[in-house]
Amino acid sequence: MKKTKLNPLHGLLGAVIVSGMLASTAAQAEITQRGAMLANTCVGCHGTNGVSTGPAIPTIAGISKAYFTDNMKSYRDGSRPSTVMGRLAKAYTDQDISDMADYFSAMKYVPQAQAAKADMVAKGQKLHTKYCEKCHSENGSNPADDAGYLKGQWKPYLEYNLYDFTHDVREAPEKMAKKLKELQTAEGADAIANLIEFYASK
Amino acid sequence: MLLSRRNAIKTAVAGAAGLAAMGMMPLASAAAGKKVVIVGGGIGGATAAKYLRIYDKTIEVTLIEPNVDYYTCFMSNEVIVGERKMSSIKFGYAGLKAHGVNVVHDLVTDIDAVGKAVKTKGGQSYAFDRCIVSPGVDFKYDAVPGHSEEAANTTCLHAWKAGPQTEALKKQLEDMSDGGTVVIIAPPDPFRCPPGPYERASLISAYLKKNKPNSKVLMLDPKDKFSKQGLFIDGWTRYYGYGTEGAMLKWIGGDKGGKVTKVDTATKTVTYEGGTITADVLNIIPPQKAGKIAVTAGLVDDKGWCPVNHKTFESTLKAGIHVIGDASVAAPMPKSGYAANSEAKVCAAAVFAALSGRDMAEPSWVNTCYSVIKPGDAISVANVYALKDGKIVSVEGSGGVSGKFDPEMRKREEMYAHSWFNNITSDVFN
Repeated sequence: MKKTKLNPLHGLLGAVIVSGMLASTAAQAEITQRGAMLANTCVGCHGTNGVSTGPAIPTIAGISKAYFTDNMKSYRDGSRPSTVMGRLAKAYTDQDISDMADYFSAMKYVPQAQAAKADMVAKGQKLHTKYCEKCHSENGSNPADDAGYLKGQWKPYLEYNLYDFTHDVREAPEKMAKKLKELQTAEGADAIANLIEFYASK
Repeated sequence: MLLSRRNAIKTAVAGAAGLAAMGMMPLASAAAGKKVVIVGGGIGGATAAKYLRIYDKTIEVTLIEPNVDYYTCFMSNEVIVGERKMSSIKFGYAGLKAHGVNVVHDLVTDIDAVGKAVKTKGGQSYAFDRCIVSPGVDFKYDAVPGHSEEAANTTCLHAWKAGPQTEALKKQLEDMSDGGTVVIIAPPDPFRCPPGPYERASLISAYLKKNKPNSKVLMLDPKDKFSKQGLFIDGWTRYYGYGTEGAMLKWIGGDKGGKVTKVDTATKTVTYEGGTITADVLNIIPPQKAGKIAVTAGLVDDKGWCPVNHKTFESTLKAGIHVIGDASVAAPMPKSGYAANSEAKVCAAAVFAALSGRDMAEPSWVNTCYSVIKPGDAISVANVYALKDGKIVSVEGSGGVSGKFDPEMRKREEMYAHSWFNNITSDVFN
């Protein structure tokens, strides 16, 4: 934008106009981008904009870019077990994954309210604070942690993954593996279920 | 995105007002006021309508569909055996209207590619800049000697378009006495939902095993091979005694005499190359072709399907008209709901690009199809597709079917199948 003859007020107005133009054309420009084209193919399973209506496929809207990228690559090389994702991830280049990560990380995460037993939720909350909060801050809803969304995530998905982490199916990061062992040893057989109940509650 | 949608709109409005105040034109889309008419409100047509409006709200989108309600074909096998309610596969068009789609309930009788207008049975004419046709499939009833459209609608049902036939086939199964025989005649390639007939045979077997254990299911097939065959046969062997004397479920392929030569729809007697059988319930899934309007509009080739440019889905026979979903020739993509949804988004992007003078992104497609072998045991096929030398190809080294039987993984696949159903129907209709 040429600034030569604009006084400061015009400059300010110009800024407003430019931001308005950007906002009004954002949706139009979107589909000309590869990220939106690729994301369109994911949402048939993961829900429009990556917000899943459940009951088991996880919401990926608002996901951390690094977490998305790491996981797509570990699906691709088989280090993260899956039903379908491994077969699909093998089709994508690093650039494709980066474009999809840009797209989904810019979407808004929507926590899901699921039926949960209050006494289990209360126990789970304490366990979360004691064992998990350090890396999964804000009850596991802070994408800056570069971890998956936990709070308000679909319950069967949480169950599958905690099962896999605690049964040598999916490899947990070193600290997480240690914390999970401590949790199970110190807090008894219901600890994992209580933790899941807490995350599944809104 | 840090701006909430409401704030983004406010900002946009403020920006536009600012432009107007300065006597400048707001940045209008080159596609503003352009008209797109979509023929058919199934998965393909409804997705295309919604996503065109998402891509550009200034495009006028009209969707013409005769039915007020749509019933998904996918998951209708679960309805047939009582695992799912009919109401759960029923969808309306309120969601599309909320996106600003002009939904018209009428039957399209002609598409004029030169005059660029669609004509309806109700006597209306709708002008278009681009037309997207998603007509689904039609049946070649007489390709099964002795069969007829009338019999298909009364006694020997197809239940291959969900709706009244879904419920009618369910009732036939419920009315059948224990010890009865269900015969399913599978269609030749290509057809809608390649694993569908085999999922149906599986779920009917599960229903009978539980409710009428002396009954039998016989599948007669003109083909030697079918979708997810290894996984289906593995499951049939596990649950339905497949391959043993007295098996509940038997499949006879084309090379073993499974080709049907004649049916008597009155007595439900089927003559096939390997023998003759009289059924109590006879489910004939006829050979298929593109939906009727595609034929009327001159969009089909000599095989009865619609050839298209694989990047844009524009008909190679009629300029300005695009064909998506089951009717289009998009192989290696299958004729499935997921494929139709994926094709519709690429097609909508191509139409938006054409109307606005922009370039479209390099296209990408996905298909994921789940099949339930027995409640609690589901399998899938999943593929990613890319454009190579102008043709759709399955991306090398990716995709394929579920791994070998693992009860935990199969339970998850069923949960994912039901999640997929919720998400795709929401993506199409909400």
